[in-house]
Amino acid sequence: MKRTATAIGTGWWTVFVKEVRENLRDKRVLVAALLYGPLLGPVLFAAMMGFILGKQQEESTKPLELPVMGVEHAPGFVDWLRRQGVVVEPPLDDAEAAIREQREDVVLRISADYGSAWSQGQPARVDLLFDSSRLPAQTKVSRVEALVQGYASTTASLRLRVRGVDPSLLNAVQLVRQDQSTPQSRGAMLLAMLPYFLVLSAFVGGMYLAIDTTAGERERASLEPLLITPVSRARIMSGKLLATALFALASLVICVIAFVVSMRFIPVAELGLSVDLGAATLAQLLLVVAPIALLASSAQTVVASFAKSFREAQTYLQFLLLIPAIPSILFAINPTRPEPWMEIAPLFSQAVHINQLLRGDPVGLATLLLAALVTTALATLLAGVAVRLYQREQLALGG
Amino acid sequence: MIEVEQLTKRFGAVEAVRGVSFTAADGRITGLLGPNGAGKTTTLRLLYTLLRPDQGRIRVDEVDALADPVAARARLGVLPDSRGLYRRLSARENIEYFGRLQGLDAVSLRQHTDELIERLGMQDIAARPTEGFSQGQRVKTAIARALVHQPQNLVLDEPTNGLDVMATRALRRFLLELKAEGRCILLSSHIMQEVAALCDHIVIIAQGRVAAAGSPDELRAQAGESSLEEAFVKLIGSEEGLAA
Repeated sequence: MKRTATAIGTGWWTVFVKEVRENLRDKRVLVAALLYGPLLGPVLFAAMMGFILGKQQEESTKPLELPVMGVEHAPGFVDWLRRQGVVVEPPLDDAEAAIREQREDVVLRISADYGSAWSQGQPARVDLLFDSSRLPAQTKVSRVEALVQGYASTTASLRLRVRGVDPSLLNAVQLVRQDQSTPQSRGAMLLAMLPYFLVLSAFVGGMYLAIDTTAGERERASLEPLLITPVSRARIMSGKLLATALFALASLVICVIAFVVSMRFIPVAELGLSVDLGAATLAQLLLVVAPIALLASSAQTVVASFAKSFREAQTYLQFLLLIPAIPSILFAINPTRPEPWMEIAPLFSQAVHINQLLRGDPVGLATLLLAALVTTALATLLAGVAVRLYQREQLALGG
Repeated sequence: MIEVEQLTKRFGAVEAVRGVSFTAADGRITGLLGPNGAGKTTTLRLLYTLLRPDQGRIRVDEVDALADPVAARARLGVLPDSRGLYRRLSARENIEYFGRLQGLDAVSLRQHTDELIERLGMQDIAARPTEGFSQGQRVKTAIARALVHQPQNLVLDEPTNGLDVMATRALRRFLLELKAEGRCILLSSHIMQEVAALCDHIVIIAQGRVAAAGSPDELRAQAGESSLEEAFVKLIGSEEGLAA
């Protein structure tokens, strides 16, 4: 019997190669690791961003279409509206129903006594119908309000002048609204969630392997034969973990590249993101996210080790998917400047650095390396836990 | 050769194995016979070092299995109770994976695998993924992967479980061939006929203890019964859990 001592020493490599090879034959794994996992985040992000930005731009710049009821009561007012660029639409049968059923965002109704009130110098009544619970209608409502106010004050000024009164007497205090929001700050919430979409891909990509190599082996009763080979359990676990990490990494890399490419097609500049990311930034991004592959694999393997079946493990791991969302959610709720510890803490540092890199902010290489090191250290610690769990006697008994 | 002395294993309050000793010699088929739950599987798991005994000694070809489990495992081929295969790998790939884990070089791996596939009559299934294999095809594959490193000692836990008559006969023939090569074969079973037909030496286990041991003739003499079946029942002290 020929036996090479080195072969047993590199048993982890045999395990690694086998796990990779076996899982490459599984369509479910491939779809999760190479398609669904990496592309879900960018697609979701692009869709959300396109929708939000598109909506805001559209509503504030396109001609205002406004159904007006009772045009005959105030021809002067309606002419004025038309001169302001409003597209006056024909009246509706039932304005209230049209709003309720969301066929119209806003309807203007001129009351029948408008004419008589107007000529007597009394306030002439105009109703604005809208649904305040509908966010997309907000922009239109404020535009119509501003127009009506504008007409009212112009008319009021004229009346005062005719009576020889200075119109500015009416304005004891002048409030000037100066909205300091930028597209960038309006998109801040979405932007804060962006790192999660990238990090998530590592978790989705490695999930099947993490389960297959632990709970899966137990379920199909292939663990016992494996544990009685001369290869130590620590080496077997290392091989399995590295295979899981490879799939997680593949998923991450595809995700980052897909994201960088898709940035060219969505109006990211509106959010203050750099449209044209150079190769250097791409490399830095990969440095930031790569340790996540190892972290996700170890964490998932540890959790899956407690499960006896594939299904049970899947249930546990779905909850684990929510953990990397925590930093992003915190930043979305409370968009302050990151605390110093967040620059290096696992999951937080990735959230901070991904945003900085995509904005084109300079990030120190030392900080990036330190953060990568800390995440790798945590991943190694968890890998150690996974190995410990693998040493348990109950594991061999399948119970 | 496999020697175990005074093996003891306790799981919580349950004492599964209580001082089991026996020797399985080379060129002989040794059978552990006992009812279900007698401690056969636990005894085997202790000797192939999956579990650590609370007390006792295990020697595999002069290697102390407790002091050097890795060296002991290299001398053992094991068909455990769990015989799950990797269903997306072919039968050959399943066998080769275990050969690599045993540290075989590429040339030996190829040679040994080809030889086992031929001897076990697996030529037609070797290249197929194991998903959808029959029970007999699974056991053949599991035996081949246990033997790929050509171990001197072979341990089989209930090897004929779930096999049909033809597959059982083929397996028996194969075990007799291995015996003729001078290998040490240790198998467990709760089926008297199987043990009687195959084994040179029988160790009867009941309630975690060795109730009796010897050749079939010796056991008959010991119990004072002319039929082996009656002898077994007498030695175990109950008919419960034994299959005819």
